[in-house]
Amino acid sequence: MTMSFTQQMITIAMIVLGTMLTRFLPFMIFPSDKPTPTYVQYLGKVLPSAVIGLLIVYCFKDVSLLSGSRGIPELIGAAAVALLHFWKKNMLLSIAGGTIIYMILVQWVFN
Amino acid sequence: MLNLYGIKLVTEDVNHVTKRDHIWSACRAAFPYTVPILAGFVFLGIAYGIYMNSLGFNAIYPIIMSFAIFAGSMEFVAANLLLAAFNPTNALFLTLMVNARHLFYGISMLDKYRGTGRKKFYLIYGLCDESFSINCTVNVPKDIDKGWFMFFVTLFNHFYWVIGAAIGGVFGSFVRFNTEGLDFVMTALFVVIFIEQWMKEKKHHSALAGLGLSAVSLIIFGGNHFIIPAMLAILGVLTVLRKPLEKAEVTV
Repeated sequence: MTMSFTQQMITIAMIVLGTMLTRFLPFMIFPSDKPTPTYVQYLGKVLPSAVIGLLIVYCFKDVSLLSGSRGIPELIGAAAVALLHFWKKNMLLSIAGGTIIYMILVQWVFN
Repeated sequence: MLNLYGIKLVTEDVNHVTKRDHIWSACRAAFPYTVPILAGFVFLGIAYGIYMNSLGFNAIYPIIMSFAIFAGSMEFVAANLLLAAFNPTNALFLTLMVNARHLFYGISMLDKYRGTGRKKFYLIYGLCDESFSINCTVNVPKDIDKGWFMFFVTLFNHFYWVIGAAIGGVFGSFVRFNTEGLDFVMTALFVVIFIEQWMKEKKHHSALAGLGLSAVSLIIFGGNHFIIPAMLAILGVLTVLRKPLEKAEVTV
């Protein structure tokens, strides 16, 4: 380890500070006792759907289409979750079912 | 006077009990929604703890970091930062970039966190991907206090993550079963929440823009650099679409 204990603590404190800045900033810029600009209100309404789309893609960020299993188990797993959910509409069943299918794929089929 | 005081005491006691019931029912209502995260976070937390253990860090590091930072992907990056040369400015800017997506969570939750009192500080502090996706999309039952519901979702998630990291950090070298692929539980959770949101809304412009622009951005910029371009593209498209979408009265 190249860092001293104090330096490690400062580094961790910086990461905490950075994370908290990204979380608190919108609430500091638009305090609840003042009217929020309509543009920001609009964003607050439409952003959630887009951000959850972004989060799904974020989960695939380490998948390579050109090597290894080429993202096939990930796609099959996600499709299984979606089908199960449209069919039974049971959150836990869809998540557990899709995850088990994915685990079988990566452990036995695409290993 | 004494009698009046007695009555006052009784009513205070009743208020106290109802408030406790109130909190307890919010706690029980919140728990089922966090079960997938229990599985995902304990597993990922253990993976994180094992990773830190393998880098030679004492178990106290993953415990403190999972508690204080509470942002999964950044904590894996943090492990590498701790092994590199000391550069606090770099650490700060890297964190701001990796966690920039939280800005969107904050904007989406401005309204939902309104009127939650002192809990608001913790709600913002614990605004991770998973707490955001649940609190932002779930329809809290009418008789349940929304503030406490969101508080418990956040608290449970925080707790799972720290417990996982602690188990991984302490027993890291003993875990010996094939958990490969279990982390897919997080992806599955987001897919389910995306579909739930999809079925609730009338227009799908935003959902499609989020999915499509992020995917294009990932292909162009690669896994480590795609988030900020994706966020800018989403912001741009949603700004252009403001007029038609506001006409359609998007219900979220």
